[in-house]
Amino acid sequence: MQTKLSLKPITLVLLLITFVSFGQHHDTKSADNTHDDATIDKAEERKQYINHHLKDTHDFTLFSYTKANGEKGHIGFPLPVILWDNGLKIFSSSKFHHEEAVAEHNGNFYKIEHSMVYKTDAAGTITYDDHHHPTNVKPLDLSITKSVFMIIVTGILMLLLFRGLGKSYGKNNGIASGLGRFFEPIILYIRDDVAIPNIGEKHYKKYMSFLLTVFFFVWFLNIFGLTPLGVNVTGNIAITFSLALLTFLITTFTAKKDYWQHIFWMPGVPYLMRIVLAPIELLGIFIKPFSLLIRLYANMQAGHIVLMSLIALMYLFNSIIGSSLSFLLSFAISLIEVLVALLQAYIFTMLAALYFGMASEEHHHEEAH
Amino acid sequence: MEKLLGEFSLGLFIIQTVLFVLLVFLLNKFAWKPILNAVNSREEGIKNALEAADKAKMEMENLQADNKKLLKEARAERDAMLKEARDMKNKMIEEAKEEAKQEAGKLIAQAQASIQTERQTAIAELKGQVANLSIEIAEKVVRDELSNKDKQVKLVETMLGEATLN
Repeated sequence: MQTKLSLKPITLVLLLITFVSFGQHHDTKSADNTHDDATIDKAEERKQYINHHLKDTHDFTLFSYTKANGEKGHIGFPLPVILWDNGLKIFSSSKFHHEEAVAEHNGNFYKIEHSMVYKTDAAGTITYDDHHHPTNVKPLDLSITKSVFMIIVTGILMLLLFRGLGKSYGKNNGIASGLGRFFEPIILYIRDDVAIPNIGEKHYKKYMSFLLTVFFFVWFLNIFGLTPLGVNVTGNIAITFSLALLTFLITTFTAKKDYWQHIFWMPGVPYLMRIVLAPIELLGIFIKPFSLLIRLYANMQAGHIVLMSLIALMYLFNSIIGSSLSFLLSFAISLIEVLVALLQAYIFTMLAALYFGMASEEHHHEEAH
Repeated sequence: MEKLLGEFSLGLFIIQTVLFVLLVFLLNKFAWKPILNAVNSREEGIKNALEAADKAKMEMENLQADNKKLLKEARAERDAMLKEARDMKNKMIEEAKEEAKQEAGKLIAQAQASIQTERQTAIAELKGQVANLSIEIAEKVVRDELSNKDKQVKLVETMLGEATLN
């Protein structure tokens, strides 16, 4: 009941943001379109905007607009920047002025280039090598970025939601109540149709917390990515890499003898083949989690690009027919993206369960081969 | 690939890993364990309840079958008793009839016998009385007749005449 009440204001705020941000976009764009010479710049700006959106940022921008004098306005709030550069450096991201200015902290100067923080001189000069890569020192950036912020929000949301569900059983004679009722069948689905068939009745229990957490974490963040907040957390390679690495570590450390035997000395095939198979199988244990990280990253990234491009198309057409068509199209794609959000969470969980199942499987070679 | 590596932020990776592992442990302690335990115990409860219901149903069926059997037996017993009673009744009636017939026969025979003796005595008595009466009459007649000479002669003559006629 508590979670239900506390969730309502959040939904309301999200809805308000949706209207406000869309309305705002529209106003600024239509005002700008009076200048014909700026068409190419506009296209470039949209591309920049989409690219920027896909990246992690050091402040939380709800929406940005262009003022009448050509200046950029941003509505949002700054987040703390935490750097490890010969000691911990903590300051507000408002010092960067939305990645445009050089931030000074205790005599050190930092600048953001493509959402990465670099150490610079007072003027903010960034030197590039032949491949257009900055050569400046990159301090370890442990900032609460937009992604980290959303991870924390999602984590708190999940804790409140599922702790509430867990508690409601005790209060209500073993029957879920409140918002948890919606999620209980999903948890049961993960258990009965993802974990148990892939891992087996005997070993599935120890993997359940990871599978459930990863499923809801990915799903919720995917859904958050579809809100106009514009957070692309699951489409960030560092996030998917982390999830895939954890999957790999769990697979490797819970693996039984049979798993390793199947990799290094495959039973039931000729000896020569075993020698050939070993490196392939060994490579396989890395490729499997790697496919996980690329799949989730690429799907979410692509979804965001397509959706944002279609929204940008509305302004590009700038006519009733063209714009409304692209509106319909982007609406349809949004719906598909809602499905993809769930599907990708499901696939990630499913495959993780499959790999765990391979690791914990115990063969009976006499019968099986 | 180069673009991917360029986008990779080590700091974000570290934070994400730490936060995610923390989230797994927290959720495991506060959410997944209580939820899965509650669901498991609920499922166990449902399973047990269903089994108990099945068992009760079986027992019910057994009881009903027993009842039916008992009822059938009782009915058969009743029928047997009724039949026995009917037979006995018929037999008794039969016997009573036989006895009555015999008794009646005996009574009739006795009656006939007593009627016979009564008649015999009656006849014997009648004979005596008739003889006495006859004698009295004869006496009276004779006395009357003998008091008159003519008549006596006449009587003798008649008698003689009759005797000759015979």
